[in-house]
Amino acid sequence: MSIRLYVSRDAGALAVGADEVALALEQAAAKRGIAVEIVRTGSRGLYWLEPLVEVATPQGRIAFGPVTETDVPSLLDALASNTPHLLRLGATDEIPWLKRQTRLTFARCGVIDPRSLDDYRAHGGYKGLERALSLGSEAILNEVTASGLRGRGGAGFPTGIKWKTVAQAKADRKFIVCNADEGDSGTFADRMIMEGDPFLVIEGMTTAGLTVGATKGYIYIRSEYPHAVEAMNAAIQAAKRDGYLGANIGGSTHSFDLEVRVGAGAYVCGEETSLLESLEGRRGLVRAKPPLPAHRGLFGKPTVINNVLSFAAIPFILAEGAKAYADFGMGRSRGTMPIQLAGNIRRGGLFETAFGVTLGELVDDIGGGTFTGRPVRAVQVGGPLGAYFPRALFDTPFDYEAFAARDGLIGHGGIVVFDDRVDMRKQARFAMEFCAIESCGKCTPCRIGSTRGVETIEKIINGERVSENLALVEDLCNTMKFGSLCALGGFTPYPVLSALKHFREDFVPAPTTLQAAE
Amino acid sequence: MTAVYEPWDETRGAEIIAEHSKQEGATLVILHALQEAFGYVPAAAIPMVAQALNLSRAEVHGVFTFYHDFRHRPAGRHVLKLCRAEACQAAGGDALAARAEAKLGVSLGHTTADDRVTLEPIYCLGLCATAPSAMLDGRLVGRLDEKRIDALVAEAQR
Ligand SMILES: Cc1cc2nc3c(=O)[nH]c(=O)nc-3n(C[C@H](O)[C@H](O)[C@H](O)COP(=O)(O)O)c2cc1C
Ligand code: SF4
Ligand code: FES
Repeated sequence: MSIRLYVSRDAGALAVGADEVALALEQAAAKRGIAVEIVRTGSRGLYWLEPLVEVATPQGRIAFGPVTETDVPSLLDALASNTPHLLRLGATDEIPWLKRQTRLTFARCGVIDPRSLDDYRAHGGYKGLERALSLGSEAILNEVTASGLRGRGGAGFPTGIKWKTVAQAKADRKFIVCNADEGDSGTFADRMIMEGDPFLVIEGMTTAGLTVGATKGYIYIRSEYPHAVEAMNAAIQAAKRDGYLGANIGGSTHSFDLEVRVGAGAYVCGEETSLLESLEGRRGLVRAKPPLPAHRGLFGKPTVINNVLSFAAIPFILAEGAKAYADFGMGRSRGTMPIQLAGNIRRGGLFETAFGVTLGELVDDIGGGTFTGRPVRAVQVGGPLGAYFPRALFDTPFDYEAFAARDGLIGHGGIVVFDDRVDMRKQARFAMEFCAIESCGKCTPCRIGSTRGVETIEKIINGERVSENLALVEDLCNTMKFGSLCALGGFTPYPVLSALKHFREDFVPAPTTLQAAE
Repeated sequence: MTAVYEPWDETRGAEIIAEHSKQEGATLVILHALQEAFGYVPAAAIPMVAQALNLSRAEVHGVFTFYHDFRHRPAGRHVLKLCRAEACQAAGGDALAARAEAKLGVSLGHTTADDRVTLEPIYCLGLCATAPSAMLDGRLVGRLDEKRIDALVAEAQR
């Protein structure tokens, strides 16, 4: 009898030795004369347990982790003789961290073989597209709008409205563009889904294509994600072979083709108009809006541009109906959000859940605090343009409006945890430095302001005329906020000002220290 | 594993350019392909790309310089990229980067005098739940600590 094992080939698992573990399993099994079949999946997103090894049993999958090469012999012995093992975590689906989640978008990630279209279909894949084909454009638009889905790339713009605008535009050609630039530190959900369930992205984009009347799509993936590039390319080839891309999709009259394009290490190219410039082969200079990409986007044609997770939410919405999605969430944030817990955190990974969970629950309860075991002092939510939150704001619910009300943003759903050794002056300086490195250069407040910001915060760190320079930084932030064309220059003030506001003690030396220095 | 690159050759360069020039918006695609073949984008290739795409030399040069990825000369034999973004900072990445700089005797963004190692910053590899992270010649490494960074540096120096 052959034992079926599952080991992730997700980049996050590879980085901690998943390939070595898979190889060791193969070799140790051969040595023992045990027949094993190793299926390489995506990641379940429980990264502190990677490399995770799962074994198929009649009662479902049983998980072991984190497994190292040296654990492999004893693990195989335990499996073969059906005896206990120290790394045994029990049934994967019963692991509390996973069980607490509501996995609508990530339902298949870590479960299926991402290279197998059959596996995708066997787990409900392409049901959404099938229904979409029977509904027709107008009814699809109604479903997407009714689901309440808002763009997961950061700005939270209603996806239904965006699609409708493109559907109504008249043009000889239209495009679907998937924004897979995922440059925000602390985020990896796009990467995970592209590596772990790539057909889902294809299905979502294909649905968008037939809804708005576009026959060509591009996936713009950052160059830092070679594994995602490979996974998407392989999936596109497989979908073409089986008639899910190309002419007459699923036997219909619609045709749709997809192409992967690779970025070249520019954070600003995640901004949608900069991305379009880059796709057209130019410098990634941000375009002024209007015109909106929906009216004049790629090559001047009406274009739907959405984040990976926005497209990935579509198949569920169409397969199960808008209501099934909209039933989750709070206020104007409907459905689920794949939240990413990162940085100095005990249990980091992907946690998909309905909007409304509080920041404190996410960090303390689900994340388990820091891996260093020290107190959590600050968390940055929403990437490098997101605000730093102190513990005092841990009651903030994960919701677009609630975060905005506290001068923050949820962005693409990344949460980066810092312990009490963090120096918020350094974090504020880094925010400005990053803006200076990545600025596209089009507007002065962003291009020059960020460099001035670095210099001024440097002076504060060195104790030079602190209160004067603090006022200068605040002033500079206001200029950047109101004088920048895009959110790179416009939102860099968020991390800076939040650091100044909530962690003032790091910037202003305590009077006692001053006296001591005299 | 060290990447093996071809020495710059005009005919080969022209072939690569021709292979991709029919695509819409091909500039980045071509620059990537050139760098993949030669390890950098030779200055001589810029006017060739411009001509193939019916663009000015300045335009192609502008694209080439805008993106952090493209090199104007070959990197060291090994390229060690350390993530310097926030999640890796939170996990102790600053000290590890300083340690790598000290061991190699170069600061981030530079190549050792013997041309063996290019040390570069990278801003997020999407491994933020197993931070700090690095990439050595395309191989990903997470959960870096002093021992692991020392091993990576030693491997790069070989
Ligand atoms: C500097 C900057 C970087 C951005 N990076 C990304 C990114 O990596 N991925 C993304 O989907 N959106 C990013 N955005 C947001 C996009 O401009 C745009 O809002 C998004 O692609 C729209 O898709 P959605 O409606 O599905 O969110 C960025 C915006 C700015 C200003
Ligand atoms: S704010 Fe910065 S990145 Fe955005 S358009 Fe202006 S210069 Fe470019
Ligand atoms: S911040 Fe370092 S991998 Fe994401």
